[in-house]
Amino acid sequence: MSILTPPLAGTPDIMKSEPTAKQREDRDRIYAMALEDINPGDPDNFENESMYWKFERLRAEDPVHYTAADKSAYGAYWSVTKWDDIVSIDTNSVVFSNIAGGVALNVPGSNPSVDRLAGPNATPEELQAARDRGTPSLLNMDPPQHGLHRGAVAEGVSPANLAVLETLVRERIGMILDSLPIGEEFDWVDKVSIELTAMTLATLFDYPQERRRELTFWSDVMTTDPGPGRVVETREEKDAAQADFLKMIGTMFKERGEAEPAMDFMSLMAHSPQSKDFTQAEIYGDGVILLVGGNDTTRNTLTGSVYALDRNPEEFAKLRENPALISSMVSETIRWQTPLSHMMRKANEDVEIGGKQIKKGDKIAMWYVSGNRDDSKLDRPNDYIIDRKNPRQHLSFGFGVHRCLGNRVAELQLRLTWEEILKRFPEIKVVGNPVRAHNNFAKGYESMTVVIPSRY
Amino acid sequence: MAKITFHLADGSAQIIDAEDTEYLMQEAVNNSVPGIDGDCGGVASCATCHVYVAPEWLEATGPRTDMEEAMLDGTFGVESNSRLCCQIQVSDQIDGLVVQVAGT
Repeated sequence: MSILTPPLAGTPDIMKSEPTAKQREDRDRIYAMALEDINPGDPDNFENESMYWKFERLRAEDPVHYTAADKSAYGAYWSVTKWDDIVSIDTNSVVFSNIAGGVALNVPGSNPSVDRLAGPNATPEELQAARDRGTPSLLNMDPPQHGLHRGAVAEGVSPANLAVLETLVRERIGMILDSLPIGEEFDWVDKVSIELTAMTLATLFDYPQERRRELTFWSDVMTTDPGPGRVVETREEKDAAQADFLKMIGTMFKERGEAEPAMDFMSLMAHSPQSKDFTQAEIYGDGVILLVGGNDTTRNTLTGSVYALDRNPEEFAKLRENPALISSMVSETIRWQTPLSHMMRKANEDVEIGGKQIKKGDKIAMWYVSGNRDDSKLDRPNDYIIDRKNPRQHLSFGFGVHRCLGNRVAELQLRLTWEEILKRFPEIKVVGNPVRAHNNFAKGYESMTVVIPSRY
Repeated sequence: MAKITFHLADGSAQIIDAEDTEYLMQEAVNNSVPGIDGDCGGVASCATCHVYVAPEWLEATGPRTDMEEAMLDGTFGVESNSRLCCQIQVSDQIDGLVVQVAGT
């Protein structure tokens, strides 16, 4: 048990605001817990942002933290919470493997498409092996295999392709913003963040624009554990949706392979000389990663930018006065939001991190969301400062061979959105509090009500 | 001190005076060379300092490191003269070096 709960300087999302009684209560409770009871991946904490208190405590008291199998739905795993430890793991793909039974913490058996890979007549041992392996994809591979898969699609987000995308995105965000109501409440997530990112994703996949929300739906399915009120409520629903995506990806791969080469992801993959050796499961897995990677990440950061600037009006004022700060504001928001909270690795050998003995085969969560608030690396990390020194210094894209492939697409969409917002609206006001996702991986917002009082 | 010429995406060129104690990425960032971001701080782990080294300078700049090789393996536009300039140490030996900034 912690001896002293450190003084509270504000809330973790807006340090200058007074925490609510509930927030104080959550924090006191977390500081009163036995260390061994702390399960950083509990998605309940992500719904009310109380996970920040857990990470604040772990960084100070137990930076490399072990959660035993009986304390978590995910089995036993390590949590790495400090910047330097995270970077040393992320950049060492020899000792730390991505073939880890999942990109993210997951409840065994919660991913029907993995079970399907084991086949209908799998023995319990075969099923377990498939679950340990996870969906094979570029994020579940190590070098040199990883390079073949990543290299096959990387061209899709090359500078030449981004230049084409820039014109499209600017036009689209302009149209979206022009269609927003003035003086009326609406959901920013649905009307702007999802709409723009779905359009971009449809372009990157060359998927029919009128069916773009199917991509959003599938992506949400992939990152959601079924439950009441969620995008899929039962395991059967998730299974059916994943089967649809599998079918769609398979069809696209075949059709694009027969057509002239183009710059969309599935065409690039189909025409890549390496892909003749890709299995159907790998093509599906790569499709899932490209889909999810381009979806909730940018969507949630876009929502986060509106939220953070509303809650930090002096920062919004700086931005309005000096739009040249947009690029650094974008990087600061990507750090502050940390749209993917963590990534998993598995130790290939016994290894010591931060004085803890990690055994071969142990699972490790690198908590980017915690490293991005590490005050031994960053100055005032809980504060949102759009003209921060070195704003690009953040962990949100990861480092090493698995670093985010679409980082430039993300930055592009955020930058263009704000360039177009500043031309149109003096302010965007957030009404009440956003509804946060019950999700320890894709950290973000289900909805956020805003009102735009006026147009220039 | 070494004079380094960066050919930029827009067709222009920027010449910097780089300090011997540094790696080329850091000097490019200090001089705000467009297209060189150096997000990972210089450990060959982000590929945001990708350059093409003029062929006559390949020998002077030395071979790629293992980590650099692994990063380049998954990025686009990689050519035989691709380098991450965070792995090129500035010295008299590269005074006059000419590189082209790759898009990242």
